[in-house]
Amino acid sequence: MATLSTTAGPVRQISRSRALLNLLRDGDELAHAVTLTFGASILVITFLLIYELWIHSTLSRQKFGFSFFFTSTWDPNFGQFGSWPFIYGTLVTTAISLIIAVPLGIGAAIFLSELAPPKLSRGLSFVIDLLAAVPSVIYGLLAVFTLVPLMRHTIEPFLKRNLGFLPLFKGPAYGVGFLTAGIVLAVMIVPYIISVSREVLLAVPQDQREASLGLGATRWETTWKVVVSYAGAGIMGSVFLSMARALGETMAVTMVIGNQPKVAASLLSPGYSIASVIANEFAEATADLHLSALTELGLVLLALTLVLNGMARVLIIMTARKGSGVAQ
Amino acid sequence: MTARTIWRKSLNALMLSITGICALVTVSTLFLILGFLVWNGARSLHWTFFTNLPAPTGEIGGGIANAILGSAKLLLVAASIGIPIGLIGAIYLAEYAGAKWAFFIRYAADLMNGVPSIVIGIFAYTIVVVSMHHFSALAGGFALGIMMIPVILRSCEEFLKAVPRSLREGAMALGASKWRTILTVVVPAASGGIITAILLALARVAGETAPLLFTAFGNQFWSSGFNQPTAALPVVIYNYAMSSYEDLHQQAWAAGLVLLGLVLVTNLLTRMVLGRQTAQGR
Amino acid sequence: MAASARHAFDKESPMISVPSVPAGAPKETAQDLPMRMKVSNLDFYYGKTQALFKVNVNIATNRVTALIGPSGCGKSTLLRTFNRMHETLSHTRLTGTIQLDGEDILRQDVTRLRRRIGMVFQRPNPFPKSIYDNVAYGLRVNGHKKALHDAVEHSLRRAALWEEVKDRLNKSAYGLSGGQQQRLCIARALAVDPEVLLLDEPCSALDPISTAKIEELLIQLKENCTIVIVTHNMQQAARVSDFTAFMLTGELVEFSPTPHLFTTPTDPRTEAYITGRFG
Repeated sequence: MATLSTTAGPVRQISRSRALLNLLRDGDELAHAVTLTFGASILVITFLLIYELWIHSTLSRQKFGFSFFFTSTWDPNFGQFGSWPFIYGTLVTTAISLIIAVPLGIGAAIFLSELAPPKLSRGLSFVIDLLAAVPSVIYGLLAVFTLVPLMRHTIEPFLKRNLGFLPLFKGPAYGVGFLTAGIVLAVMIVPYIISVSREVLLAVPQDQREASLGLGATRWETTWKVVVSYAGAGIMGSVFLSMARALGETMAVTMVIGNQPKVAASLLSPGYSIASVIANEFAEATADLHLSALTELGLVLLALTLVLNGMARVLIIMTARKGSGVAQ
Repeated sequence: MTARTIWRKSLNALMLSITGICALVTVSTLFLILGFLVWNGARSLHWTFFTNLPAPTGEIGGGIANAILGSAKLLLVAASIGIPIGLIGAIYLAEYAGAKWAFFIRYAADLMNGVPSIVIGIFAYTIVVVSMHHFSALAGGFALGIMMIPVILRSCEEFLKAVPRSLREGAMALGASKWRTILTVVVPAASGGIITAILLALARVAGETAPLLFTAFGNQFWSSGFNQPTAALPVVIYNYAMSSYEDLHQQAWAAGLVLLGLVLVTNLLTRMVLGRQTAQGR
Repeated sequence: MAASARHAFDKESPMISVPSVPAGAPKETAQDLPMRMKVSNLDFYYGKTQALFKVNVNIATNRVTALIGPSGCGKSTLLRTFNRMHETLSHTRLTGTIQLDGEDILRQDVTRLRRRIGMVFQRPNPFPKSIYDNVAYGLRVNGHKKALHDAVEHSLRRAALWEEVKDRLNKSAYGLSGGQQQRLCIARALAVDPEVLLLDEPCSALDPISTAKIEELLIQLKENCTIVIVTHNMQQAARVSDFTAFMLTGELVEFSPTPHLFTTPTDPRTEAYITGRFG
C-alpha cells in the first residue's frame, strides 16, 4: 500500500482511518485466526496431557519396566511398586459391573425404544438421563451407608450359605470388597448403556420393523431378530463406552472396595483399584518415585480408556452407516 | 392356535415384562437415591449448616460454608477456562473450520471427554501444582475447566449449526462481514442452547471429586484468593463419609442432599427449557 | 406380452391418453368369481381425522386388483388395513368389517393373519442379512425347520430371482440392485405361502426394466395368489390388473373390471382422473 507524501495532516488521518477500516474488513481473517487458536488449543491440551503423563512417569517406567504390571508388592517406604493388585481389582470390579449392567441396560433400552408406549418411553428416558448426572461421590455416599451394611448383614451371608463352596464366595463378609464395588459400578454405568443403546435402536429404519411384522413375526421376534441384530455393533459400542467409564470410576469405588492391595479369588474380599490407589495416595506422596509410579498408573488408565472409547466410536458409526447399503 | 403360536405369544408377553422390569429397576434407583438423601440429610439442613465453618474434630455444629464458597471459586476458575475455549472453539468448528481441522479438533475433544477425571487431576497437578509448589483453587479449577471444554464444545457446535442458514444469509446480504454476522446474529440466535450447555457443564464438574483430591486438596477454613488449598462440596462429602464420627456422617448426608439438589435442579430446568425450545423453535 | 409395448406411456403420459387394455382380456364381472376378501362399510380414522369413508370392496380370489387414485386418496391406508399394519401406528381406529374367507380379520390373531396376507413395501427393505436368510426369515419365525432350502429356492423361483442369485445366496442382500432387492422382498413375502399378497406401489422406486420384470411376475403369481396392488401409475394398473378400484379423498368412487373402468367409466370423476384432468 503506497503512502502519499505527508504534506497535509488530513491526509495522514485519512490513511489511518483507512487502515482501521481495512483491519475491520480483514476482521474476518483476524476472527478466523482467533477462533482457530482457541480451537487448536484443544489439540495442544490433549497432546500436553499425554506428554505430561508420559514424562512424569518416566522414573517409574525406567526403573520397573514391564514388571510394574506383574509384581504385587506396592511399598512406598521401600520404593517398591508393583501394580498387579490394582490392575486385578480394576478388572474384577469392571467385569462384575458389566455382568450386572449389560443385560439390565440392554433390556431396559429395548423396552424404551421398541416395546413401551412413546409417552412412557420419553418419561423414563428423561429420568435415566438425570441418573447419568448424579455425581460419583453421591453414589459412593449411598453405597457406604446403605449398600455396605446390606451386603455385610444380608447378601454376603446369603451367598456364603448357599454358594460358599465356590472359591468366589469364601472369606469373611466385610461388606466392602470387589462384589460391592462391582455392584455400585453397575448402578453407575447402566444409564450410559441405556441411553446409547436406545439411540442406536431408535435409529434402525422403521421399514425393517414393518417388513418383519408384515411376515407375521411377533413384536418381540421383530425386536430381537431384526432390530437388535441390525443395531448389534452399536450396542457393543455402548458396552465399550460403559467399560471405559467403569475403569476410570474413582470415588464410589474407593469408598466401598476396602482399599487393600490384595489379589484374591473371592469376590467378598477387600481389594483395590487403579483409580482408588491414585486417589488415596497421590496427595500424600512425597517421593519422586512414588509419584512417578502413580502417574504411570494414570497413564495406564488413559491408554485403556482411549482404546475402548475409540473402539466404541467405530462400532457406533458402523451401525449408523448400515442403512446406506439399501439401494435407493 | 397351535402350540407354537402359543409359545411365541407367551414369549412376547414375557419379554415385554422382563424388559419393562429392567427399565423400572433402573428408574427406581434415582428415587431411591433421592429418598435416602432426603430421609437422612434433611434434618441437618439448618440455616447454620450453610453459614458455619467446619467444627474442630469431635465437636458438633459444623457447617459447609467454606465448602460452598470453595466450590463457587473452583467453578469460577473452571468457567473462565472452559467457556472461552469451548465456545470460541465451537464457533471455529461451526463457522470456519475445514474438514481436516474440524475432524482433528473434534477427535481430540472426544478423547479428552473420555479421559477419567482422576487422570485430568494428575495433569492439573503436573501443570499447576508442580509449578506453584502448593495446592490451590487455581489447580482445581484448571482441572475442572479442562473437563468442561469438550462438553461445551460439542453441544455449542450443534446449537450454532442449528441456526438456520437464512438468518446468516440475511445478515450477510445486508453487508455484514462474517465475524459480525456470527457475533450479532448467529450466537444470539443460539444463545439459549449455549447457556444450557454451559449450565449443564458446570453442573457436571460441580460434582467432581477425584481431580480435586490433589489439586485443590481441601481446607478446614476459608481460603483467601485463589492461591490456597480450597474446600469443595464433593470433597467434604467424601471426607466426612469416610470419617468415623457420626456427626460428620450426618453432615455428609446433608451436604450430599445439597449437592445433588443443585445438580438435579440445574439438569431438570435446562432440559425442560431445552425441550420446550426444540419443540417450538424450528 | 403386450405389456412391453406399453412402456412408451410410462411417466410421460400426455394430457389426454386413456390407457389401453391388452386385447383379448377376459371380461369378467365381479359377480362370477369367488371373493377372497370382503370389505364392508369401512371407516378409518387417524386420530380425529377420518381418512376412509364407508369403503365397500371385494377382492377376487387369484386375480389382481389395483387401487388407483391421486395422492392422498387413501389407497395405501386402505391397503394397510388388509393386514392390520395400521395397528403399528398409534391413534388409529376403524369401524366396519374386513373379512378373509368369510372370517373377520379383526378378531383373528394378528401374527397368523399376517402369514396369510403378505406385504411388499414401496422402498425395498431387505434385512441386513444374506439373501438366503432374508427369504428364510418368515419360515424360521413360523417354525419351519425342515426343507428350508427347498422352500427358499421355490420362493426365489416364484419371484423370478433364482437364476440371478443362486450362486450367492450367502452374500448380503444389500449387494443386489434396487430391482433385485424388491424381487427379493417379494420372494421373502412369498416364502410363507400367503393367500393374499399386498403390494404398496412396489415399482415407484425402480427403473422401467425392473418395473417390467415385476409386472410380468405379478401376472404369473396370480395363478396361486390373490394380489392387491396400489399404484399411482394408471398404465401399470391397466396392464396388470383384472379389477380396478378408483379412490378419491377417502371414498371408493368406482370399482369394476379393469377394461370397463378404463374404457367406459361410470362415474364422471373416474373419467376425469383417467383422462388426466387431475392427478
